[in-house]
Amino acid sequence: MKVKQISVFLENKKGRLAQLTGILKENNIDISAISVADTANFGIIRMIVSRCDEAIRVIKDAGFTVNTADVLAIEVSDSPGGLHQVLDTLSKNDIEIEYLYSFVRRPSERALILFRIRKIEEAARILGHHNIKVLSPEEIYGL
Amino acid sequence: MNYWNKFCECMGRRELDKLQSERLVETIERVYYNVPYYRNLMQERGLMPEDIKGVDDLNRLPFTTKDDLRENYPYGLFAVPLSEIVRIHASSGTTGKPTVVGYTRRDIAIWSELMARTLTCGGATKESVIQVAYGYGLFTGGLGVHYGAERLGASVIPISGGNTKRQIMLMKDFGTTVLACTPSYALYIAETMSEMGLEKGDFSLKYGILGAEPWTEELRREIEEKLGITAIDIYGLSEIIGPGVASECLYKTGLHICEDHFIPEIIDPATGQVLPEGSEGELVFTTITKEGIPVIRYRTRDITSLNYEPCRCGRTHARMHKVIGRTDDMLIIRGVNVFPSQIESILIDIGETEPHYLLVIDRVGNMDNLEVWVEVSEKLFSDEVRRLEELNRRIAHEIQSILGLTVRVKLVEPKTIERSQGKAVRVIDKRK
Repeated sequence: MKVKQISVFLENKKGRLAQLTGILKENNIDISAISVADTANFGIIRMIVSRCDEAIRVIKDAGFTVNTADVLAIEVSDSPGGLHQVLDTLSKNDIEIEYLYSFVRRPSERALILFRIRKIEEAARILGHHNIKVLSPEEIYGL
Repeated sequence: MNYWNKFCECMGRRELDKLQSERLVETIERVYYNVPYYRNLMQERGLMPEDIKGVDDLNRLPFTTKDDLRENYPYGLFAVPLSEIVRIHASSGTTGKPTVVGYTRRDIAIWSELMARTLTCGGATKESVIQVAYGYGLFTGGLGVHYGAERLGASVIPISGGNTKRQIMLMKDFGTTVLACTPSYALYIAETMSEMGLEKGDFSLKYGILGAEPWTEELRREIEEKLGITAIDIYGLSEIIGPGVASECLYKTGLHICEDHFIPEIIDPATGQVLPEGSEGELVFTTITKEGIPVIRYRTRDITSLNYEPCRCGRTHARMHKVIGRTDDMLIIRGVNVFPSQIESILIDIGETEPHYLLVIDRVGNMDNLEVWVEVSEKLFSDEVRRLEELNRRIAHEIQSILGLTVRVKLVEPKTIERSQGKAVRVIDKRK
């Protein structure tokens, strides 16, 4: 149920993100999902990739600062209210979200949402009770 | 040319040597019996107080360094009981702990006398209105100049540093004639004046008694031109007494050292050998009248040279050249002593085991700016923006609370900071 996310520290410098994706390409590592959090001075890249351990190694070898975090992957229908149902459930159960990012997969018309949550197990259990689909790591890495 | 104490300031060389020798002998006896640290050092060298008969024996004595002061933190080198100490000052140490100095009532009297000499030497008189814009507090600048100015009988405005527009308003309204502050602050005041639409003709300023940081002749000309004053360089350090150790006279040909209280030497910083007169090297001082914390052969880490020729002004004490550099990595930023190792210990306290950092100093609008670059290691890194921003703020706050300097912290990627021959470059000073 927990999906391993890789985070990379990036300074706001031209071409830096392309260097990172270049390393993944050379090593034939696929990015399933990516988000960039940026501030005035730096950015944080968060990614779900195929072959996570290998990805960490090659990124580190290239001199980047990397760490990992567990995130929760949820699948909802790509229709109005899909995300709201999840957020509403978490909010009513007092579960705080640090951040989230999402993308839509076609042709299945399902949206994938990745949540960074402290109480990850509790959140998974509650969402399960509400018939919201929590994806397993295997289901994610190969996307 | 005015003197505060002509007898002492213009004493013949032979009499001065004799006076220094007598006072040195007394000082050595006092530290031997009252400061276990010095007694042990002398015993290790097989020296008894009576072996030191005069200034010629000075080089038989061990050096004292800032680290020695720190290792004896806080009161280990005091030569009198705390009950005799009436004032404590501190300056930043090379790591977290400050360097602490204590003054007896007599020390304060001597300090005031020396600052009165310094101010007189730089053009101030009893009629002067002296605005003391050095920081008041643990830093010796503010109170040191203050006591000297009162001793001189001038009218003192104890405004301390900062609040520049108010400084300028009072300078104009109160008819300030002498400004005492760091050279960079004097220049900042000048810039602010013109931003406020004021001209030097609106003020009564005549002299600037400027010190606590190294400055160039170019900067002096700029300050003199913009403020319409004569700018005088003064030198001091808290370990010796504070401001008042040496100062220029109006001829501006070197800083007169108050040799009846401090014996200067110039040594080769690598070997510790005393260098011949006129050589450039590290300045070393032995205090010969101080009671609270006498220091023997204190290595200032400042590089300069000495000139024993009597000055045109009539003063006979040795003159030191403007300080031209440092033997260590100490930086002076807005008058505050900063060692890169202090930043390192702050980062270690935050949980970084092997911190990589860089201090970038620049002069923006004539104010020194310190930017601290910190490489983000895995240990410090978080995938949450909030945590990284917290880290940034925390580093800035710690530095501010320990150094008293506002800094901008910039988090950078690993290996951003250049390593040359395995040793990291810690400082980029763009001010020069």
